[in-house]
Parts: sequence; structure tokens; C-alpha cells
Amino acid sequence: MTALLEISDLVKTFGTGEVATRVLRGLSLSLEEGELAALLGPSGSGKSTLLTILGTLMKPTSGHYTMLGHDLIAANDKELTAFRNRHIGFVFQFHNLLPDFTALENVVFPTAISDGRETPAARARGRDLLERMGLADRINFPTANLSGGQKQRVAVARALMNGPELVLADEPTGNLDSASAMQVMELIAQINREEGTTFLISTHDEKIASLCRRQIVVGDGVVTG
Amino acid sequence: MLYALKIAARYLTASRAQTALLVTGVAVGVFIFIFMSALIGGLAEFILSRTVGDISHVTIQAETDDPPLLISPQGHVLVVAERGSTRIATLAEAATFLPLIEGVAGIKAVSPQIAGAGVIKRGAQVSQVSVIGLEPGRESAILDLEGYLVDGSVRLGSGLILLGRDLADDLALTVGQTLRLQSAEGVTAALTVGGIYQTGNGGVDGARAFVSLSVARTLFAMPQGVTRIEIKLFDLNAADTIAARIRSLTGLDAVPWTDGAEQLMEALDAQAQTGYVLKTFALITIVIGVASALLLSTYRRRPEIGIMRAMGASRGFVVFVFVTQGALIGVMGGITGAALGYLALLPFPSRDAFQAGTLPIDITQGSYGVAIALTVIGAILASILPARSAARVDPVTAIGQ
Ligand SMILES: Nc1ncnc2c1ncn2[C@@H]1O[C@H](COP(=O)(O)OP(=O)(O)OP(=O)(O)O)[C@@H](O)[C@H]1O
Ligand SMILES: [Mg+2]
Repeated sequence: MTALLEISDLVKTFGTGEVATRVLRGLSLSLEEGELAALLGPSGSGKSTLLTILGTLMKPTSGHYTMLGHDLIAANDKELTAFRNRHIGFVFQFHNLLPDFTALENVVFPTAISDGRETPAARARGRDLLERMGLADRINFPTANLSGGQKQRVAVARALMNGPELVLADEPTGNLDSASAMQVMELIAQINREEGTTFLISTHDEKIASLCRRQIVVGDGVVTG
Repeated sequence: MLYALKIAARYLTASRAQTALLVTGVAVGVFIFIFMSALIGGLAEFILSRTVGDISHVTIQAETDDPPLLISPQGHVLVVAERGSTRIATLAEAATFLPLIEGVAGIKAVSPQIAGAGVIKRGAQVSQVSVIGLEPGRESAILDLEGYLVDGSVRLGSGLILLGRDLADDLALTVGQTLRLQSAEGVTAALTVGGIYQTGNGGVDGARAFVSLSVARTLFAMPQGVTRIEIKLFDLNAADTIAARIRSLTGLDAVPWTDGAEQLMEALDAQAQTGYVLKTFALITIVIGVASALLLSTYRRRPEIGIMRAMGASRGFVVFVFVTQGALIGVMGGITGAALGYLALLPFPSRDAFQAGTLPIDITQGSYGVAIALTVIGAILASILPARSAARVDPVTAIGQ
């Protein structure tokens, strides 16, 4: 296995002066291609902060971050936007989907952004992904009418749309009952097995974490296990 | 960016009622814009046609020569020729200039005239009139006598005279009856009333008479030349330039109607300015309405904007989505407003049939294209601020982990 990404000495401080909070204090981590990793740690330990930095949505205060040979600290907003589109998928806990669009339109979004339009090929792939997520009968459903579990599965399908090397999921099952949570998690594990996509999933749920081959624990702003 | 257009259109159709309200607001602004354009334009047209429609647009008036002085070498004034009080200045070479003037572009009609004063006598009754000799066949060149005729014919010939309605009534004259006209030069002619007209202008209807040029020559003892040449133009506003062209072409003193009409021009100008102010306010209302609605929409859609940015949508894409929304609202509101404006103006009489007591609205001066174009531009400008604030949304806080 080769390294997909490497971070080292990552520091993230929010605010300045008296109210400054050092959330990450020199955190180092590397992820291999095809890993299925759980990100654990107490509330406020900086899991979301780490995922946001890994997702290039936020820059660290200091530290190094390279992925697929790209220095993502030095890159500008435009380069990062294009990079995210190509190489990183996201599944968030809330606010995942565009409510005025159908399930298929949501899934196709990352490809349509880079193509400039919804191509038939992209639609076919989107449909295929939704079928794999067990949503064959919800393809043209307005997402506002989907259940929480269905929404998260649509979000997973969308995260996979551009065939990214890395999918970052921040408590993707935090809102779901345990049955739906397990269903989403099993789909993620299946995609990881079949396509070799690397997943990093933050969770408080031991059962979810146990389905991952690696557990990364953060505490006090560094990786503790 | 076809895809941004799709998203913009979806955003607008997703909140249908809000979009309908916004488009209606824009349409009302456009409606006001168009209504004001048609009203101000129609009003100006109306005032101009009422005030200068029947008068000469460019007039070439003969200049009265100063009385010649005969001065001795020693400086004593030997002879002063007294100017005859009734002596009329003439354009002696008018006949040679006429074809030249008629050749100038933009001229609708040229009317050489001999004008003078006289009195009409019928029995014991006497009326002062200003007598104008017109070229037969061109009677209606300046004043539309044909259009104002109430009885008889406008055709002038030897022994014929046209009278205004008031004058005819005063003298109890009807078509076919004869009268005696004595000119200020002392020449008397017996003339038959050929026609009676009514313009609605008291001075023209009560104290003016038209005869043929040859009758006028006899009356005013003017065997050749004319006293003035009146010229009608296709475009009222071209009077200044055409007068200048005639001056340089002939050396004659051609005076446009705008000379001495400064007050009218100022009034029309002020009216147009008022129109611009009102139209500007209509546009500002549109811009503020669109800007505030879109700003609200960007705020409401912050999480979605964050998601789009996380999925790899560039800032430019987000800007495009919101500017396109503004443009779509502008196009829809502009076209709706223009259509409403057109329909609302349809019942008004056309510009040739303005009636007293109604608004002189000119449907052809609605500036529909300008209204739509300005609205679309305004709506796009209005959407720039919301679009920029949307593009600056931080995906991390917007998605709100
Ligand atoms: N924008 C911010 N400004 C200031 N402080 C912040 C900001 N974002 C996060 N923090 C702080 O950073 C710390 C880590 O937050 P983070 O969301 O990364 O924790 P987490 O491990 O994801 O917690 P949870 O398990 O509850 O989701 C918290 O103390 C939080 O208050
Ligand atoms: Mg978190």
C-alpha cells in the first residue's frame, strides 16, 4: 500500500489572544490508499476540525499537508476547489443535500460542475450509484421528501460520483437509528472493498468504528491511538 | 454555464410565490417606466403639434431696408427718404431661390407668400384683416386649410378669398357671396368667398383672409417677389440645422421656429427631465427590490452554497448562479411589465387623434426595448452584491458541523 495523504505537525488555533483555542497541537497522520479508518475521540477533541482541514475547506494555522503529491497548504482557493471536485468526497452529518433538487440531480452535481452540464453518461453513473445504495425507487424523488437514512445514502452516492480517492465523513450516521446507521456503514464498507476508495469516518459509535479496519483516536490535539 | 442556469432557474421555481411577487414588483416598475415614456413623449408631441403644427417651421422674411440717406461731402444730411409706413419689404429674387430651397433634404413644403393688411367692407360693416397671398395648389402647405375647411373649397384663384369662420359670421358672409377688400396700399378688389375654415385659433379664424398670390400682387402693388417664404419640415427638431443650411445656400435670412420659442422648449425640456427622474426612480425601485430579495435568498441558502463549494463549485460558479437569477427576474419582469404597459396603452387614442380632456399618451413612445434592456441590466447589477456575498460564504461555517 502507498500513502494517499500525509499530514505532519498540524496546528490549528481558533481566535487570538485570551480567547485563542489550540484545537490541533502538532498532529501528524498518514492514510494509505484503500484504507477504511474510523476517527474517534471525545467531543471537542478536534475531529471535525481535522476532517475540514483534510477536505481543504479550511487551512491549518501551521503544518504540512500533501495528498497525491500535491502540496495542499500552498495551493490557492481555485486550485483547491478543483482538487476537491476531483479527489475528495464529503458526507456531512446535517445539511448534506440540495433540497430543491432530486436525488439523482444531487448525486450528479460534482460531475456536472466539472462538465458544465449534466451529461447522459453522468446521469447513468448517478443512477447506478443510487441503485447500489438501494435507492432504485427514489432516483427522481425530491430530496426534501427522503428519510434521514435515505438522505445519507444519497450523500454517499454523491461523494462517490467523481470516483474520488478519499471520502471524508463527519458523523455520517450521527442522526440515524442504529438499523439505518448500520445499513449506511455496510454500504461504505462494500464500496471500500470493491473500489478501494479510502474512507475516514468520524464517529462516537463503537459499533460503527468496529466495522473499520483502522481506528484513529485524537485527544489533546494529537493522535493518541 | 448551462448548469448554473439550471440551478438558478430551479431556485426561482422552488420558491414560486416569492419569485412571482418579485417578478410582479419588477413588472410594475417597468410598467411605470413605459407609461411615463408614453405620456411624456405623447404630451410633448401633443404640445408641439398644437403650438407649431400649423405654423411655418422655417421662415424667410424679407428685411426692410433702412431709408437711404444722402450726405454731402461736408457731412450735411441732404436728403432723408422717409420710410412709407405701409411699404412692404420684398424678397425680389424669391423665384430664383425657390427651386434651391425645395432641394434641401428634410423639407416637406415650401410656400412663397405675400402678406399685408387690409379691411373687408360689406355694406356698412368693416373688419380689419391680415391678408395672405398663397400659391394656388399649395394652399394647405403650412396651415392645413383643407383640414380646417367647414364650407366651400380651399382652391384659390382670381377673385376668390378664404375666410375664417368668426370673420365670416361677423360679416354674415357665406360661400359664394362677394365682398370688397381694400388693402393698406389703397387698392380695392371685389372678391367672392370661396371657402370658410375653422382652426380653433381666434386670431386666425377672426382676422385673417387668404387670397391667391396674384390677387395679393394686385392688392399690395407688388408685381414681382414675395414678402416671405414659409417652409414646413418633416422633422420639427431639424429646424435649426435646416435653417442654417438654407442661410448658407441662399444668403437669405432663414429663421427656425425655435427662435423665440425658448419658453416652449424650456417647458418641454423640464417635462422631459421630470420624466427622466420618475423613470430613474422606477429603475432604482427595481434594483433595490431585486437586490434585497436576492440578498435574502443568499442568506437562506447559505448551507447549500457551502455544500456546493465543498463539492467543488468555484466562487465564479456561485456568482453566476445568483447573477443569472437576477437576469432571469429582470427578463421576466421586463417582458411582463412591457406587455402590461402595451396592453394598458392600447385603449388610448393614437397620436393623430388626441382628444381634449384625455391623456395624450403615445403608445409608440413607450420605449419598450429600452425599458426591458434597462431592467435586465439593473437586475443584473442588483444581483452582483448578493452574488458576491454568496461567493464569500465559508463552507465550514455554512455547513455548520
Ligand atoms: N470556528 C471556530 N471558532 C472557534 N472555535 C472553534 C471553531 N470551530 C471549532 N472550534 C472549537 O474547536 C474545538 C474542536 O471542535 P471540533 O468540532 O473539531 O470537535 P469534534 O471533535 O468534532 O467534536 P464533536 O465530537 O462534538 O463533533 C472545540 O472546542 C470547538 O469549540
Ligand atoms: Mg464534530
